[in-house]
Parts: sequence; C-alpha cells; structure tokens
Amino acid sequence: MKRTKTADLILIYSVLTFIGIIMIYPLLWMISATFKTNSEVTSGLSLLIKEPVPDGYLALVNNYGGNINCIKALFNTYVYLVPKVIFTLISSLFTAYGFARYNFPMKKLLFGLLISSMFLPDAVMIIPQFILFSKLGMVDSPLYTALVVPSVFAYDTYFVFLLVQFLKGVPSELDDAARIDGCSSFQILFHIIAPVLKPALVSCAVFQFIWTSNDFMGPLLYVNTPSAYPLQVYIRLAMDAESGFQYNRVLASALLAVIPSLIVFFCSQRSFTDSITSGAVKG
Amino acid sequence: MKHNSGKSRQLTRHEREGLQFISLWITGFIILRLFPAVFSFIFSFSDYSLFGGISEWGMMNYEKIAGDITIITSLFTTLEYSFITVPLRLLTAFGVAMLLNRNIKGMAFFRTVFYIPSVLGSSVAVAILWTALFRNDGTANALLSSFGLPEINWLSEKGSAMFVISLLRIWQFGSSMVVFLTALRSVPHDLYEAAEIDGAGKTRQFTSITLPFISPAIFFNLITQLGLAMQEFNAPFVITKGGPRGSTTLISLLIYNSAFQMRDLGLSCALTWVFFIVISVLIAVIFSTQKHWVFYADETEEP
Repeated sequence: MKRTKTADLILIYSVLTFIGIIMIYPLLWMISATFKTNSEVTSGLSLLIKEPVPDGYLALVNNYGGNINCIKALFNTYVYLVPKVIFTLISSLFTAYGFARYNFPMKKLLFGLLISSMFLPDAVMIIPQFILFSKLGMVDSPLYTALVVPSVFAYDTYFVFLLVQFLKGVPSELDDAARIDGCSSFQILFHIIAPVLKPALVSCAVFQFIWTSNDFMGPLLYVNTPSAYPLQVYIRLAMDAESGFQYNRVLASALLAVIPSLIVFFCSQRSFTDSITSGAVKG
Repeated sequence: MKHNSGKSRQLTRHEREGLQFISLWITGFIILRLFPAVFSFIFSFSDYSLFGGISEWGMMNYEKIAGDITIITSLFTTLEYSFITVPLRLLTAFGVAMLLNRNIKGMAFFRTVFYIPSVLGSSVAVAILWTALFRNDGTANALLSSFGLPEINWLSEKGSAMFVISLLRIWQFGSSMVVFLTALRSVPHDLYEAAEIDGAGKTRQFTSITLPFISPAIFFNLITQLGLAMQEFNAPFVITKGGPRGSTTLISLLIYNSAFQMRDLGLSCALTWVFFIVISVLIAVIFSTQKHWVFYADETEEP
C-alpha cells in the first residue's frame, strides 16, 4: 500500500472514530442505564452515572410471571444450547466429509439441495415444522426436543458448507495414508480429519452458540411453560409484564442475555471473522 | 420403479460409505423439510385450526390472501423494508470496508468495534435496547432536544416506526463489512500498480479492478441479506408489535399472528407458500442476473 498523507490519515481516523462512537454508543448507554434510576436515564444522553443504584441487578433474581427469574432462564437456555452445538458439530462433520471425499449417485443434485436450503429463509419452514412437531408431541417437552432434534440431522446446512470449503484445503493424501495403515473411515474422520479441521469446527461451534443464544422464534413456539422459558423469551415477557418501564431492570436482563455471546466472540475473534469470509467469498 | 440393468448396478463400497456419511442430513432433509413442506401445501387448502381439526377444503385461504388488503399491504411492507434496508446496509458496509482497507494502525480494533452489533444479531435483547432508546422519554428524543429539535413519537407514527426497525438492521452492517473487507484484501496488488503505469485514474481503477474482483462478495451479501431482511420477525414483534395500525407488520409476523392469534393454521400455511414463492422468485431473478455482473476469478467445480 502506498504511503498515505498525514492529513488523509487524520481524516480517516476521525471518520472511523465517529462511526465507531455511533456503533458502540447504544451498548455503552445500555450498560450505564442498568445502574441508573428512571429519572436519571430519561434526563439526558450522558453515559456518566451520578448515583449508581444496584436495583436493576438485584431484580435479576426476582420471579416474574411464575417460578422463573433471569438466572434460571439463562440456565434453561444452556440445557438445549449445549447439546445443540455438539450435535451440530458431529452431524455437520459427517455430512461435509461425505460430500467432500466421496462420489455417489446424484451427488450434484443432493449438494444443490443442501446449498439451496442454506439460502432459503428459515421463516418458510416455521409453521410447517410446528405442525409436524406438535403432531409428534414435541411441543413444550422438558428436554426441549423440538429445539435440539434438527441439529442431529445437520439442519443448518451453512455449517456443512463451511466445513466442505475447509475440507477442500485438506489434502486427501492424508486420508489415503491412514487408510493404508488400516484405519477405518470413522477413525480417519475422528483422528485425522477432525484435528486438522479444529479451527473450522471452533468457528462452527461459536456461530451456533451465538445464533442459538439469539434465537427467539424457536423457544417462543416450542416452550410454553413459564418455568422452562429460556432467557430470550423470558426477557421479552418480563419487559411487558409490569406497567411502567423500569429501565435498569429491563436493560440489566437484556445485558445478561448478550454477555455470553460477547465473551465467546472476544475469545474466538480471529477464527470467527476469518471463517465467515472463507466460506462466503468462495461461495 | 424401472429396473434397467444398466442403471441399477450395485453401489460400490466407496459409494455406500459416502451415502452413509450424508445419511443423517438426507433423513433430516426428508423429515424436517420435504415432508412438512408437502403437508403444509395440502393444509393450505383447508381451514385447519390450531386446536380444532379440519372441516372444510378449498381455495378459501388463497382467495382471502388475494382479497385482503392487510395481507397485500404486509407483503408490500416487507418488500419495502427489504428494499430500504438491504441497499443501505450494503452501501454502509462497503463504504466502511473501503476505509478499513489500508495498512495503518488500529484497523483490527475498528473492525472489531464495527462487528460487535452483528454479534448480538437480531436478538431480543437488542430489540429491547432499541425499544428503550426510542421510547418517548428515551435517548433518541433527548438527542433531538439537545439540538433544539422537536421530539418525535417514534413508535406511534407510521414512517418513524419503520425508520426505527430499519435503523436496527443497518446498524448491524458488521457481518457484511467483514465479507467485503476480505474480498477487498484479495484483489491482487500488482493490478493497481499496472493500472497506474497505464495512466488509469482512481475512479477507473475502482470500476475496472475493484468492482469486478469483489462482485462475488456483493452477490453473496445481496442474496443472504435479502433472505434475512425478508424474514425479519423479532424487531416488529418486540419493538413496534407490528404497529402503528399494522404499518410494520412484516410477513413473518403476519404468518405468526395468523397461526397463533387467529389460530388459523390453514391460512398461515397458505401465507407461507405465497411468501416462499415471492422469495424464490426474487432469489431466482438475482441469480439469473449473476452472469452479467459477477466475475469469478477461478471457475472451480463444486466438490
């Protein structure tokens, strides 16, 4: 890249800082508002906290609308989130390996179906799947089966696609050498391929973690018992439950809902941003 | 099924193993996608209700969709929302990516900051944050009055309610930005140097080198973002509740309402199919224009 003039540099940095402030202000405002009283929140734009109050955070353990509070709702989220992430990794790895390393009849057609289900909005499957799952008695089941089961079948084909892209870069001589040594295909997949694909698998896990934490429609349809509500559903109901809008309480619960995703994002930042793109630009 | 000796040869071991590896996905595709799709198509010709059964078959749901002004309006509102947010989001993402695409200090930091809103995605938490910002006593109005401007009832006027939920989507331009950024990085450097020697100006370099090279990224962003915008649910559901007077009832919210408020699964199946056709046509149109403006550097085959 050519040397950039100082004046240009200053201009670029100021524009970027300005955009950065706009991007981040709502989040900083949210954090500061969790410590404020309603009258202080509504009195202006300032992020400074004059008289910090802990009420918003104390309210996280208060029950609203049944035997449920924010902490319990967060725990509920992980009851289906953890199995969903694990099943997604296993089923996507199987499917990706099959497509990347094997030839079989109708492979082109099947891969086309896989890609097109990636581009088809989830919204078109919501009601049809709801009818299916309610016929199968999976609505409001204690283990959140309706939320977990799709991941057993590599339902989010985005991850399959991502892993196929990564597998293209793994030389198949690696498989052949292991096969000559007498490894079965499953052994090759788990002992040779999976370790090589670790960065890609980590980013699949991170994506699925964040998407599932953010998912609202699924729990809204399939969880009807208040004590089983995951956080996304609970915080919306808690927002509407009271008359009057208690800023610090509502925003503290919203903050609790985004913190796990932010932590996971910051811990895995490199592989996260890298793999969005390696999947995308080639596609 | 026809038994043609040429075609129905035995599968080799290699082929069998491959099919075994993808069998989970195939099973899921049939049970979780194909089967529900077929049944929802059949139910769309019935008055299937959430708690009762079916008492009547016919075209009534489709007749209702064609004749009901609120449904037609909802479809157009969804298109309006998508056609506003997708271009603005992509332009913002592209502009910021151009700014970030240089070797100066701190770019990784800015990239992270711009990406954070995308991590939170369209989660309910963010929708709640937006609700708090745009309440009548919220920060958006505090900002207006600090400039001496009159306050706005953001969520109770048609235009401003649409603005509020559109702004949320544009704010999350980070994921599209990262895609553009990687594409910009992949443009070979010597091309610019060669162009400069040939006397091509900055504008010419941009239109003849940069744009063709990043056209696959534009295409990818366009398709994925259009799909995501067309199915937006959380923002209208949480922030505006579809209002005021139905002006932000996007199609996903309408499908949800017809199933779970009106308890009319038949109608919501029909709506889903209409939505499916609209989105498929849109995506097919964009795919068909692909060959005119998307350039792939290496035409590699699918796996």
